[in-house]
Amino acid sequence: MIPDIFYVQRRIEEYPGTFTLHIKKKEAHPRLSFQPGQFNMLYAFGAGEVPISMSGSVYNTSVYIHTIRTLGQVTQALEQLREGDQLGVRGPFGKGWPVGKTAGKTVLLIAGGLGLAPLRPLVYSLLDKNSAATDVRLFYGAKSQPEMLYSVELKHWEQQLTLQTSVDMATPGWQSNVGAVTHLLTATKIDPENSIAFICGPEIMMRFAIQELIKKNLPRASIYLSMERNMKCAIGHCGHCQWGPAFICKDGPVFCYQEIYPWFHRQEV
Amino acid sequence: MKVQNATSYILLSDKLNSLIHSLQQAGYQVIGPVIVDQTIIYDHINSADDLPQGWTDEQDKGRYRLKRRQDSAYFGFNVGPNSWKKYLQLPRRQVWNAQKTADGIHIEPVNSAITPLAFLGIRSCELHAIAIQDRVFLSGEYHNEDYKQRRQSIFTVAVNCTQAAATCFCTSMNTGPAVSLPCDLEITEIINDNEHYFLLRCGSEKGELILQQLPVTPATSEHHQQQKAAISQAEEQMSAGPRMFDSSDLQALLYRNYESPLWSDIAERCLSCANCTLVCPTCFCSSVEDTTDLSGDHAERWEQWDSCFTADFSYIHGGSVRPDTRSRYRQWMTHKLATWHEQFNTSGCVGCGRCVAWCPVGIDITEEVIRFQKADSS
Ligand SMILES: Cc1cc2nc3c(=O)[nH]c(=O)nc-3n(C[C@H](O)[C@H](O)[C@H](O)COP(=O)(O)OP(=O)(O)OC[C@H]3O[C@@H](n4cnc5c(N)ncnc54)[C@H](O)[C@@H]3O)c2cc1C
Ligand code: SF4
Ligand code: SF4
Ligand code: FES
Repeated sequence: MIPDIFYVQRRIEEYPGTFTLHIKKKEAHPRLSFQPGQFNMLYAFGAGEVPISMSGSVYNTSVYIHTIRTLGQVTQALEQLREGDQLGVRGPFGKGWPVGKTAGKTVLLIAGGLGLAPLRPLVYSLLDKNSAATDVRLFYGAKSQPEMLYSVELKHWEQQLTLQTSVDMATPGWQSNVGAVTHLLTATKIDPENSIAFICGPEIMMRFAIQELIKKNLPRASIYLSMERNMKCAIGHCGHCQWGPAFICKDGPVFCYQEIYPWFHRQEV
Repeated sequence: MKVQNATSYILLSDKLNSLIHSLQQAGYQVIGPVIVDQTIIYDHINSADDLPQGWTDEQDKGRYRLKRRQDSAYFGFNVGPNSWKKYLQLPRRQVWNAQKTADGIHIEPVNSAITPLAFLGIRSCELHAIAIQDRVFLSGEYHNEDYKQRRQSIFTVAVNCTQAAATCFCTSMNTGPAVSLPCDLEITEIINDNEHYFLLRCGSEKGELILQQLPVTPATSEHHQQQKAAISQAEEQMSAGPRMFDSSDLQALLYRNYESPLWSDIAERCLSCANCTLVCPTCFCSSVEDTTDLSGDHAERWEQWDSCFTADFSYIHGGSVRPDTRSRYRQWMTHKLATWHEQFNTSGCVGCGRCVAWCPVGIDITEEVIRFQKADSS
C-alpha cells in the first residue's frame, strides 16, 4: 500500500514535546471518512512510518487531526514538520469506539495522558446534536497542569459535559485533584445498567480503571479500551501487532473488555 | 496422447526431462530441489540432471545430513532448509521509491516483473503451507498484491512422499504424506529392482495441457497398487515414530498451559536465534526498512522477513513487550498451534519438521507438545 501525500495545514504546540498537526490531502480529493478510535500510519520522509490515532472530529471533513508525542526517530521527524511541509498517510485503519452503543447511556470517558487524543473524536461526536447519549462524563488524568492536552477546549467542554481532572504532580495554581485518574472513579456513582465506559491510556492505568468499574458492577461488555503494540503494516500482514489471537491493527485497536479480558490480565503476551 | 482427468499415466524415469522441457516450453522457469552446500534447497533447474538423483537426507533434532541412496531415485528425500515461501513471499523486496522535489513528495510503487514459476517436487505439507499463507495474505480486507501475482502464476508439480524423514510429522497434522490439496500435476516416483517410473495425474486444465505433451502410457491397477504401497510406507514410518500425537486439541491445551513452568524450561535451552521461524513455510512475519540516500531527497521502503524471536519485534516505547526467550518461544509455539486457529481457521503448523532439524540446540516442537500433553493429564 502506497501512502497518499498530505501537507501540514496547521501545527499547534500542545506543550514541549507534544504537538498537533492538521493535515490536508495534497490533491483536491477530500480525506476518507473515519470512525473515532481508528488510526492512520504517518510516514515521515525517509525516517519511517508510525501508527497515530485520529484525534479530530469526524465532521471536519477537510483534514485529519493528529496529536503526537515526540519519542524516537519517526516522531522526531514528524515534530520537524512545519506548515506546508508534506508527509505520507495510509489509513484509516482498525476498529474504533462503538459510538452507536452510546444511545440512552451515560458515557464514561477515562483518559490517561496522551490517551485523551484518541478519545477526542468521540467527545466531538458525543457533544454533537446527533448524539443520543444521555450524559457524558470525562475523567482525565495528566502528569501536571502544563502537560494537559487541549486546555482551551477543555474549558468549552466543561459547559457541556462533566469534566473531572487529576494530575500526578500539582503545580502552583492547580486547584483540582492530585493522584491517579482512577481515584476519581472510586468516588463516582455509576448506574451499571445504563452506563458505558471508554478507556484509553497506559495499560497499567487501564487495568486500574477496569478494576474500579468492575467493582461498581459495570458489566465487562460495557467496557471498551484501546490497545497499543508495535505496528508495521496496519493491515494484518506483518504480524507485529499480535496480541494473543488478535491483530491489534485490524481486530482493534479498540476492544470490548468482554472479548479480551483473559488476555488483558496476562503479561508479556 | 489425449489424457483424461482422474486417470493416471506412466512416465518412465528416463523421460523426466520431457516434463521439465514441456514446462519450459509453456513459459515457466522450473524450480526444483538441487544440492547446494550439502543441503537440498530449491533453485532454478534446467534439466533432470540438476536434481539430487541418488541422494537422501538424514534428519533428526538439530541434525541434517545428505547421504547416498542405494538407488537412483530423483525425489528420495524429504524437506530441506528452504521452503517455496521464498518465491512467493520474497525474503526481501522493495516496496516503493520516494522522491522529494520542489513541489513536494512523490511516492511510486515498485512493481517487479513476475516470471511464472513451476514448482517441481512440492510436497503435500508444502501445498498446505501455501494454502495457509494464502489465508494470511489473500483472505482479509487487504491483499498482499505482490504475493497474489506470484501465487497466481505458479504451476505446481506435487510429489507424493513415499518415505518420511525422522523429523516429519505430517500424519499428526493431517497434511500428508499423500498429496491432499489441489495441484496442477501429481506424481509418484516408483523405484525397485526392476523398474523406475513416475505415476502422473493431472489436477487442473493447466496440468492436462502439460500431460498431453508427455510420452506417457495409461497406468494399470498394478501401478496403482505400487503407488499405494509406497505412500503407506511413509505413513507407517511416521505412525511408528515418536512424533505421532493427537493434534485435535492443541489449541485448548496451550491456552490451559499458558502460564506453565514448562515455558521457562524451554527458554533455558532456546537461543532465540530465529532459525525455526526462518525455515518454517508458514511463518509470515515481516518488517519494513525506510532509508534515504546521502542527498536526503531519495527514500526507499523495503520489506523483509522478520521473526518474533527478535527484541525489536515487539518493541514499543520503553521496551519489548516480550522481553525474554520464555515469552518469545511461548508466542511462537502458541501462535503456530493455537491462536492461528482463531486468526485463520487453520493450524499454523503443517508438520514438515524443518524447525526440528534446523534448531541448533535440537528443540523439537513435537516433543514439547507431548510434554505439555503429559503434564496436562497428570
Ligand atoms: C493504534 C495506535 C495509536 C497510536 N496513537 C498515537 C497518538 O495518537 N499519538 C502518539 O503520539 N502516539 C500514538 N501511538 C504511539 C506511536 O505509534 C509511537 O509513539 C511511535 O511509533 C514511536 O515511534 P518512534 O520511531 O518515534 O519511536 P521509537 O521509540 O524510536 O520506536 C521505534 C519503532 O518502534 C515502534 N514503536 C515504538 N513505540 C511504539 C508504540 N507505542 N506503539 C506502536 N509502535 C511503537 C515503531 O515502529 C517505531 O518506529 C499509537 C500507537 C498505536 C499502536
Ligand atoms: S512449525 Fe516447524 S514443523 Fe510446523 S510448519 Fe513450521 S517448520 Fe514445519
Ligand atoms: S527453538 Fe531453536 S531454532 Fe527456534 S529460536 Fe529457539 S534455538 Fe532458535
Ligand atoms: S501491524 Fe502488521 S499485522 Fe498488525
